[in-house]
Amino acid sequence: MTIALPPQTSSSPPGLQPEGWLRYLSFSLDHKVIGLQYMVAGFFFYLVGGALAGMIRIELASPISDFIGRETYNEVLTLHGTVMIFLWIVPVVNGAFGNYLIPFYVGARDMAFPRLNAVAFWLIPPAGFLLIASYFIGGAAQSGWTAYPPLSLTTPAAGQVVWILSVLLLGGSSIFGGINFIATVLKMRRPGLKMMQLPMYCWAMLGTSILVVLSTPVLAGTLVLLSFDIIAHTGFFNPALGGNAVVYQHLFWFYSHPAVYIMVLPAFGLVSEILPVHARKPLFGYTTMVYSILAIVFLGLIVWAHHMFTSATPPWMRLFFTIATAFIAVPTGIKFFNWLATLWGGKIALNSAMLFSCAFILHFVFGGITGVALAQVPFDIHVHDTYFVVGHFHYVVYGGTVFVIFGSIYHWYPKFTGRMLNEDLGRFHFLITFIGFNLCFAPQHWLGLNGMPRRVAEYDPQFTLVNQISSVGALLMALSTLPFLINVFWSAFSGKVAGDNPWNALTPEWLTTSPPPVENWKGEAPLVTHPYGYGVPPGQIDLKAATGRELWSSGQ
Amino acid sequence: MTAFSPSSDQSPTDTLAPSLALGAELLDHGAPEGGHPDHRMFGLATFLVADGMTFAGFFAAYLTFRAVNPLPAGAIYELELILPTINTVLLVVSSFTFHRAAKQLRQNQLGACRLWLLVTAGLGLAFLGGQMVEYFSLPFGLTDNLYASTFYALTGFHGLHVTLGALMILIVWWQARIPGKFTADHHFGVEAAELYWHFVDGIWLILYGILYLL
Repeated sequence: MTIALPPQTSSSPPGLQPEGWLRYLSFSLDHKVIGLQYMVAGFFFYLVGGALAGMIRIELASPISDFIGRETYNEVLTLHGTVMIFLWIVPVVNGAFGNYLIPFYVGARDMAFPRLNAVAFWLIPPAGFLLIASYFIGGAAQSGWTAYPPLSLTTPAAGQVVWILSVLLLGGSSIFGGINFIATVLKMRRPGLKMMQLPMYCWAMLGTSILVVLSTPVLAGTLVLLSFDIIAHTGFFNPALGGNAVVYQHLFWFYSHPAVYIMVLPAFGLVSEILPVHARKPLFGYTTMVYSILAIVFLGLIVWAHHMFTSATPPWMRLFFTIATAFIAVPTGIKFFNWLATLWGGKIALNSAMLFSCAFILHFVFGGITGVALAQVPFDIHVHDTYFVVGHFHYVVYGGTVFVIFGSIYHWYPKFTGRMLNEDLGRFHFLITFIGFNLCFAPQHWLGLNGMPRRVAEYDPQFTLVNQISSVGALLMALSTLPFLINVFWSAFSGKVAGDNPWNALTPEWLTTSPPPVENWKGEAPLVTHPYGYGVPPGQIDLKAATGRELWSSGQ
Repeated sequence: MTAFSPSSDQSPTDTLAPSLALGAELLDHGAPEGGHPDHRMFGLATFLVADGMTFAGFFAAYLTFRAVNPLPAGAIYELELILPTINTVLLVVSSFTFHRAAKQLRQNQLGACRLWLLVTAGLGLAFLGGQMVEYFSLPFGLTDNLYASTFYALTGFHGLHVTLGALMILIVWWQARIPGKFTADHHFGVEAAELYWHFVDGIWLILYGILYLL
């Protein structure tokens, strides 16, 4: 990447911050560098978490525990969940794309707090390596990513304490990021840019960050109490010492249900950016999209106990949380139909970004439907802690969010590097990811409905064949990473040169060079009041920036 | 703490790229005054919302424990009220003294401001001393029962906040000796410490209510 400096400053090159690729290993304050740092670090942890998932699927290819021991299996599944959630999805879908895009979208030259931003990123690699290292020194935590007591109190303490420490660091990073996004969206907007003119991803990140700021601290406090239980032998959550394990579940899910929205709301935002560009149509129902996000934020905070229907929850609590959860289907459904209406009648380019986005819509609506089913107490009691829940969850976070991450990389890679990704390899990547993913996780619904419990290394032999099908799907998913990696590395050096705006998009990040200069624009930041003004006759839209008018005519 | 004082040496001629004209500071967004707006108070307020949620989680856990989990026979529920009440008064008064200090600063009375800052820090340290005395005179220890553990966790976490707040006050008191460090219009350090101190004070009032009075 080159930094385009204005001529008047070229005589005195800046000295404090490194240039070239070394920037990405430095405490850089540039939001674009930090965004890519998040992305690459997150992808590294995705490979780690994927290898762990591979170990799980190899173990489950046969009904007896033969590949790894039962305790190792517990460690592997705990690490898989924690790495994938806290080190891959949350940092990438929030930190990477949020840091890269939000300052462009609000017309700012950087985030509100650039130093805090760099601190938030640099908390992640140490926390990640700490977590992974716990496997090699004395064994990792074994109590799953939920760390429910009393299980987390009876499994070996060292790994559990390292796990808590690591999650606390990652939670701190997440809170710092959330504060930064809220301040940037609310306070750093270019003069003249109204909230209701912002690209949808800004609203998604605002909603996500509100959830981060309100719920992550509760998890942090809870984990501190849990560490007291382990280290100081207090009895907060230990029934043997007069404590209450269900209180831990309430506090944990007060964070971890919103955490699902922390993982998926930004993906909603990213899809809302990708679809209009590649369908050449305005985003359908902008205002309802905004209110849906806000409704999901509010409802997301009051549905946590639907994870606890088997934890002796009283009937009034079951009723309330069932109804509240079912309500979330309304704003989510609004968004779903808005995306369909955006595509309807559009001039759709079926490129990799679009394919991944469409697959997201498909998977998410399936994961959403099983989610509504799981919110119903009579059904939930039967499938609680079975593979049905595993299938549902992966349809939401992998079929939903990870597909969006890949689609977003295909969409924004030209902006990051100035070069296009190879479309043939991209479509091939999509095809095997799509087949592999559905082959891996769709059968798990059947397994759950037939009673196979989750989190066990051994199972009833009648489930062998379906588990083997699922494992073949996992193998395809692992292989699908190869064309993607080849594509990313090859295209970085030999890809087609993209130009500033290869998609003829209207959102502000495309109205600068690729890759963008430090501080984003050589001149004044453009005022983009209609980020989705595709296909509208130029005369009907008040586009103050001259760039937009040219884009439509070339885009149609 | 970086001072975000307005600088007069920027030339307003280059209207197209005001911050790009700064050259060497280009890659250091924090430095160029006017190039990067100061939203630190907003950021701090957002952080305090998050911090308040940590306390809210603790309060919810404590209240649920009290409602659901019976104490073992012979455990002590009632606490001595005199010392905590004195402590409450100290903390509430310290909020007013800090307010006084900030008011003096806005009127450019730096000496008086520093005096009131010192009084505030002293009240905070007196609170911590009172807390220590209470800890050593209590008839239960950290691991005695659920109620005892929760009591120490809540007051301890709050005490940590008071300690940090008192340190912040002493730091701004020390920094205020430098002429021009804090002016009537620009005194982020003092403002931030004040907001934080009021927050810690407010949390204590809730704690006092649910731990001692309820």
